Amino acid sequence: MQEAMINKAKQLLADGTVNRVIGWKRGEFVYDITPAVFETAEEIDADFVCDDFTAANVSKYLVKESRKEGKILAFLKPCDTYSFNQLVKEHRIVRENVYVVGIPGGPKLDAEKIKAKGITGILGVKNENGTLKIDTLYGEETMPYYEAILGKCETCKSRKHVVYDELLGEEGEVISAEDSGRFDMVEKLENMTAQERYDFWREQLSKCIRCNACRNVCPACTCENCVFDNPASGISNKAAADSFEENMFHIIRAFHVAGRCTDCGECSRVCPQNIPLHLLNRKFIKDINAFYGEYQAGEDTTSRAPLNNYDKDDCEPSIVHERGVE
Amino acid sequence: MQVNENTNFEPVIVAFCCNWCSYAGADLSGTNRLNYPTNVKIIRVPCSCRVNPMFILRAFQKGADGVILCGCHPGDCHYTSGNYFTRRRITLLYSMLDFLGIERDRTRLEWVSAAEGAKFAATMQEFTDAVRKLGPNRRLEDLRCRKQ
Repeated sequence: MQEAMINKAKQLLADGTVNRVIGWKRGEFVYDITPAVFETAEEIDADFVCDDFTAANVSKYLVKESRKEGKILAFLKPCDTYSFNQLVKEHRIVRENVYVVGIPGGPKLDAEKIKAKGITGILGVKNENGTLKIDTLYGEETMPYYEAILGKCETCKSRKHVVYDELLGEEGEVISAEDSGRFDMVEKLENMTAQERYDFWREQLSKCIRCNACRNVCPACTCENCVFDNPASGISNKAAADSFEENMFHIIRAFHVAGRCTDCGECSRVCPQNIPLHLLNRKFIKDINAFYGEYQAGEDTTSRAPLNNYDKDDCEPSIVHERGVE
Repeated sequence: MQVNENTNFEPVIVAFCCNWCSYAGADLSGTNRLNYPTNVKIIRVPCSCRVNPMFILRAFQKGADGVILCGCHPGDCHYTSGNYFTRRRITLLYSMLDFLGIERDRTRLEWVSAAEGAKFAATMQEFTDAVRKLGPNRRLEDLRCRKQ
């Protein structure tokens, strides 16, 4: 796939369709991959990469990139196309300035999970019939493939590209909530008692170091001025000084993207403290689906977002008090 | 007789009232000489829709033990549709607070019209009693703001 992508990128650069390409660039280690913009065929030959570790969602970069001169080529995985579509809908991305090439999605791998097995000095990985062969500095190691999959890919919601100008590979399908099991953990928490839920979240959120990575990576968080950067917000500290700040930051972060979050799972992927932040977003998605009808953000560019809309027969907030475990 | 350890606990209740219905309802309950608990601190807002989720969290931070939001009945909003948006937003927020293990009885939303002075007084009485039973807010408090 990487070769086909490089050829496609070079071809589009050569015929002048685009003048830049956004993709991924290899870092110091094979798993240390970062999104990057390429301007020439030489740069692409030297650094362009698309493999098991290119999990980063490049949609958010297009907010700025699509406002520059000329067209940019973007390689988007199925989950990235949802974020892209959502940003187009919010008029954040200038659609005409982006040439979207859909590429097959994951599952992508989590280097941390491989390292957790005590495997270090990773030089390369290869999947052979469910076994992950890892080439390391100290010889070859193996581990079950499914144990190395990124958390966000384990509960993949769709293999379908919702927007593209061209597709490399085949068109996939949407995976139902039952099949993907993406709400299982939310449901499990809902069935706990309030005390247990409180203890669970205290344990998780108290790990937060307020690095703001979850906010910065989120393709739905694209405000130029963020409420958390306001010194008068009471939560602009570099480190949370009180448990309240942790709660407040995470409730508001998730709330500000409620109804717009496409569940791409980037927040949890980048969290250096491994806080399952996507659960907060999924709780909102699950509630919206239950209260206001099934809604998948980014699926189209025409429907109204659930929080931008209302129905005269909406349920009352007292529904929260009536259901579930207290 | 059983002694309740919270006997002396007086909760702080923050009530966000919309200017057009609920605030007038509170006013009516006053002119009608109806009693409602002095624990309730009313904050007047132009519309229930003005209430940002952060307002509610900040109220808890600054020492509220319960937060109640009052607005016009759905369909009666002075701004036509404000309270419909409030309803969606607040349902999700309360659900999230519940998900994080915050006691669900600390939050409430009630529609009170300008003619419902009696309902206002009764709702406040009932809500204050419910929060008094729960005790002080410990799960969503800011220790730095705690009164000595």
